[in-house]
Amino acid sequence: MTATTPPRIVVKDLNFYYGKFRALKDINLDIAEKKVTAFIGPSGCGKSTLLRTFNRMYQLYPQQTATGSIILDGDNILDRSQDLNKLRAKIGMVFQKPTPFPMSIYDNIAFGVKLYHNLSRNDMDERVEWALKKAALWVEVKDKLKQSGMGLSGGQQQRLCIARAIAVKPQVLLLDEPTSALDPISTAHIEKLIDELKEDFTIVIVTHNMQQAARVSDYTAYMYIGDLVEFGETSSVFTNPKRKETEDYITGRFG
Amino acid sequence: MPMFLHEARLKRQTLFDSLFRNLTRLAALGVLLLLASILFSLVMGSIPAIHAFGFGFLTSSAWDPVNDKFGALIPIIGTLVTSGIALLIAIPVSFGIALFLTELSPRALRRPLGVAIELLAGIPSIIYGMWGLFEFAPLFADHIEPWINDHIGTIPYVGPFFSGPPMGIGILTASIILAIMVIPFISSVMRDVFDVVPAMLKESAYGLGSTTWEVMMSIVLPYTKVGVAGGIMLGLGRALGETMAVTFVIGNAHELSKSLLNPGNSISSALANEFTEAVGDLYTSSLIELGLILFFITFVVLSIARYMLYKLGQREGKAS
Repeated sequence: MTATTPPRIVVKDLNFYYGKFRALKDINLDIAEKKVTAFIGPSGCGKSTLLRTFNRMYQLYPQQTATGSIILDGDNILDRSQDLNKLRAKIGMVFQKPTPFPMSIYDNIAFGVKLYHNLSRNDMDERVEWALKKAALWVEVKDKLKQSGMGLSGGQQQRLCIARAIAVKPQVLLLDEPTSALDPISTAHIEKLIDELKEDFTIVIVTHNMQQAARVSDYTAYMYIGDLVEFGETSSVFTNPKRKETEDYITGRFG
Repeated sequence: MPMFLHEARLKRQTLFDSLFRNLTRLAALGVLLLLASILFSLVMGSIPAIHAFGFGFLTSSAWDPVNDKFGALIPIIGTLVTSGIALLIAIPVSFGIALFLTELSPRALRRPLGVAIELLAGIPSIIYGMWGLFEFAPLFADHIEPWINDHIGTIPYVGPFFSGPPMGIGILTASIILAIMVIPFISSVMRDVFDVVPAMLKESAYGLGSTTWEVMMSIVLPYTKVGVAGGIMLGLGRALGETMAVTFVIGNAHELSKSLLNPGNSISSALANEFTEAVGDLYTSSLIELGLILFFITFVVLSIARYMLYKLGQREGKAS
C-alpha cells in the first residue's frame, strides 16, 4: 500500500512481538514526507505499537522485539547497529499525557538540544524561543520561562512537550494520542498546531478519535488486531472505504 | 425476632464498641506517655551532670572518671563523623543499586536482588559487629590500611586524616561497617521512589535521545529528590543510633585524634561499654546526658526525614 507523495519512511514486512504474542502482522506502508499520517483502530489493534517501532522505544523493554525493516534515509531503523540516540534526534515523540520534566520551562526545551549541540547562551535562547513559537506557546510563557513546567495547564504542558520535541529539529514527529488527556479547547489548539507543523515535519499521529484523524491527517491507516486493514488518502478512506471492516469501524458500527 | 433480644444485642455491641475504642486510644496514648517518660527520666538523670558542667559538657573532650571530669565532645564527634562517612560511602553505592534494580537489571534478577537487599536490612547488628571485628578488621589492617597510609596519608592537608597505626579498628572501620548496614535501607527506599516515576516521563526523555545516565540524573533524581532525601535521612537515623556493630570496631578510646585510622568513640558505644562500670553519680549522670544528646540528635534527624516524606506524599497527591 503506497501513498502518492514521496515516502519519508518505508515500512516493510514489519512484525512485532510482545514475548511470544504477535502484535503486528506483516505491516507494509509508506509514510509521506511533510504530510500527516494517522493510525486509527480500536484499542489493542497495534497502532501505538507500530508508532513505537519508529523510534525503537520498545527497546526499553527486553521482551519486546521487531522483525522486518523500517527504512529512513536509506538506513534500517531496526538494524542492531543503528545509533539510538541519533535516531531519536531525527524522530521526536509526544505522548498520551503531557510529560513536562521536573525543571523550568526554559530547561525543558533546552534539555534535548543540549544532548546534541553545544549552543552558546544566545543561540540557546533563540532556539528555545523558536521552538516555543512553533508550538504556539511563546506568548503565554515568555514572561515565566524560569518557572517550573509542571505549573502549566494540561494543554500548555502538551504544547511544551511538542516544543521540546521540535527544539531538537527532528525530521519526523510521532504523536501518540496527543490530545487524549486534554479538553476540547486544548485539543483544538493542538490540532491547529499539527496543521502548521506539517510544513516542516513529517508527522505520524495515533488517535482513537476518528473525527480527529479526519480533521488533521492526509493519510489514514486503519488497523485491526495487528493487521493493517486499509491505508490511503484520508478523504477516500473516510468517504469511500474499500474494505467492509473499515466502513463498519468509521461508521461507528463497532470499536 | 423478639424486640428485647434485638435491643440487648445492640446494647452489647455499643458497649463493646466503646470498650474497643478506648482500648486502642489507651494503646496510642501509651506510646506518647512512654516517649514523654523516657525524655523525662533522661532529663532528670542528667541534671547532676548539667549542674556540674553546664554547656561546657558539649565542648569538653575530658573523660576522666577518676577525677569526675566529663565532656561529650569526643563521642559526639565520633557519632557524627562515623555517620557522616557512612553516608558518604552508602549514598553513591545505594544509588547504584537502585539504578541497577530499576533501570538496568534483567527482569529475572530484579526480585531476587530486591529480596536479598531486604534480607541484608534484617540481619541483627551484632552479626555485623562480629563480622566486622573478626573478618573485616584484620583484612582491613593487613591490606587496606597500609595502602591508605602509604598513598593517601602522604598527601598534604588530607594526609593527617589518613595516617595512623594499621590496627583494623577505628573510626574509619566503624564508618565502613555502618555504611554496609545502612545501604540496604537507603537503596530500598531509593528503589521504591524510582519505581513511582511514570514510565511515560522516562520514555519522553529517552525519546529525545537521552542515555540511561542522563535520564537518571536529569529526570528521575530531580523528580524523586524529596523521597531520596527522606531515605538518606532514615539511613542517617539508623547510623547515628547504631550501637553493637560500632562498639565492636570503633576502638572505644576517649581520645581526640585527627586520624580516622585511630580508635575513637561514639555516644552509643560509650553508653554500651561504660554503663555497667559507671561508679559515682556524676559518671552515671554524664552517661545519661550523653543519651539525652543522642536522643536529641536522632529526634531532629528523624523529624526532618518525616517532614520530607510528608512533602513527597503531598506532591504525589497533587500530581496524580
